[in-house]
Amino acid sequence: MGDSLHCDLCGKPATVHLTQIVKNQIQKVDLCEECAQTKGVTDPEGFSLADLLAKSFAGPAEEPAELGAGNLVCEQCGSSAQNFKKTGRLGCAVCYDNLKPILLPLISGLHKGGQHKGKIPARQWRNLGLRREMENVERELQDAVKTENFEVAARCRDRLGALRAQLAAPAATS
Amino acid sequence: MQILPILDTPAEVVPGGSPSGPIVLSTRIRLARNLRDFPFPGWAKEAQRREIFTRCIEAANATTQMKKAYVLDLTALDDLEKQVLVERHLISRELSSASPGAGVVVSRDHGMAVMINEEDHLRLQVMRPGFQFKRVWKLADALDNSLEEKLDLAFSPELGYLTACPTNLGTGLRASVMMHLPGLVLASQMEQAIRAVNQLGLAVRGWYGEGSEASGSIFQISNQQTLGESEEDIIKRVTSVLQTIVEQEQNARAKLLEGDSVKLLDKIGRAYGTVRNAHLLTSVEAMNCLSLLRLAADLTLLPDTERPRLDRLFIESQPGHVQLAAKGLMEGQKRDLARARFLREQLSALPPLNFDRAFEKN
Repeated sequence: MGDSLHCDLCGKPATVHLTQIVKNQIQKVDLCEECAQTKGVTDPEGFSLADLLAKSFAGPAEEPAELGAGNLVCEQCGSSAQNFKKTGRLGCAVCYDNLKPILLPLISGLHKGGQHKGKIPARQWRNLGLRREMENVERELQDAVKTENFEVAARCRDRLGALRAQLAAPAATS
Repeated sequence: MQILPILDTPAEVVPGGSPSGPIVLSTRIRLARNLRDFPFPGWAKEAQRREIFTRCIEAANATTQMKKAYVLDLTALDDLEKQVLVERHLISRELSSASPGAGVVVSRDHGMAVMINEEDHLRLQVMRPGFQFKRVWKLADALDNSLEEKLDLAFSPELGYLTACPTNLGTGLRASVMMHLPGLVLASQMEQAIRAVNQLGLAVRGWYGEGSEASGSIFQISNQQTLGESEEDIIKRVTSVLQTIVEQEQNARAKLLEGDSVKLLDKIGRAYGTVRNAHLLTSVEAMNCLSLLRLAADLTLLPDTERPRLDRLFIESQPGHVQLAAKGLMEGQKRDLARARFLREQLSALPPLNFDRAFEKN
């Protein structure tokens, strides 16, 4: 054991060594005191190596993104990547878009892949369909305007109005 | 006391008709949901939390499942009331310490609860005694649908239901079973079993969830991953692990009876004597005695019909319940005195242990 272990995250001499079995695979991590602290390794509850591994071993391609990602702030709610690292919780649903670079590797490590395969809320499903249709009609409208086909354009506008009303309907009742 | 109406019905481990079986006490499904247009509870301002509370309560009240439900604003409850709700598994510890806007809606039969402004805006829970994933999932799914009719939920086609913590993304589903495993505990095989279950991606917790001790040999087993699998597949996975554990528990019990049966029967006999005669009982000792008596019922040393009563006493001998019954906060020893008296009363009509039967079935 001539070469002493170095921290997998920052390269300093490692003093914390962890082994955990995730998905039937043994995973080992060596960390320095500081990184172990900041990654919450010392907190026995709720700590998962999978989570840490996902962050640290996301691959070299992700590294530059990760460096900048540490300063990300969600424009919607003002919560930051740093806040997430501290509390483990996000500020709002839009954080999943705005803090994507730090979240995606984490999510795929925590779960069985990153694609939802379960239930879809019925109204969302319908709204998704409505939004797709709106996009299509908008495109049609632009074409119609370009080609000065005003009859089609008018029809598109009517359709868009109807779609918008349909989308807004449930929000009005809630 | 706002919660008194809820407590009028005696605590079962969970309510709902059919009694719990020998090893699986209860089945529970939890769904995490959030409103699309509000920050998550931990980040939301107080005014927003109150608005979320109002909207969720309105939505829940409008569902058929929550007809005539109990609606509780947690800030209006005292500590003892909250503790009792935690002990009944109707709210989490996290909710009980949450800030303004935290609340819970409990269905008339106590089988469903919707926590508001816990870690997520909504935490739906459906509980039933025994092993009943199919039924519980059907009920949870239906309750979720009814709420979704009234609320715009945070959802993405890729990541599913969006939650405050990424560990609950996707289905937001936690499927768990409460198991009574005295055989594995007495045979010192529980640690091994926990490790095996962990390797399969499931979590093992004590009676009161994260970080709680597994007193009374009661353990909760649940999935950890929520994204990348359908609800049905998650439930299937938990079920298959559960079946393996049930088998192992049965084997452990059979071995205990084959080998050191005297030691086991001695333990059961002492537990019987203790709950019927002790004058000071800590909650841990009470849990362990009740656990042995439940095992006695499984081994037919006690009639089967005693099991529901024992399951109820597991909950009613918790510190909060003991103090509530005595109408006020009490110090440790006074509490132990009250607990012992309560159990003596409750179990005074317990039939004698029929030791001859220990060997008949096994």
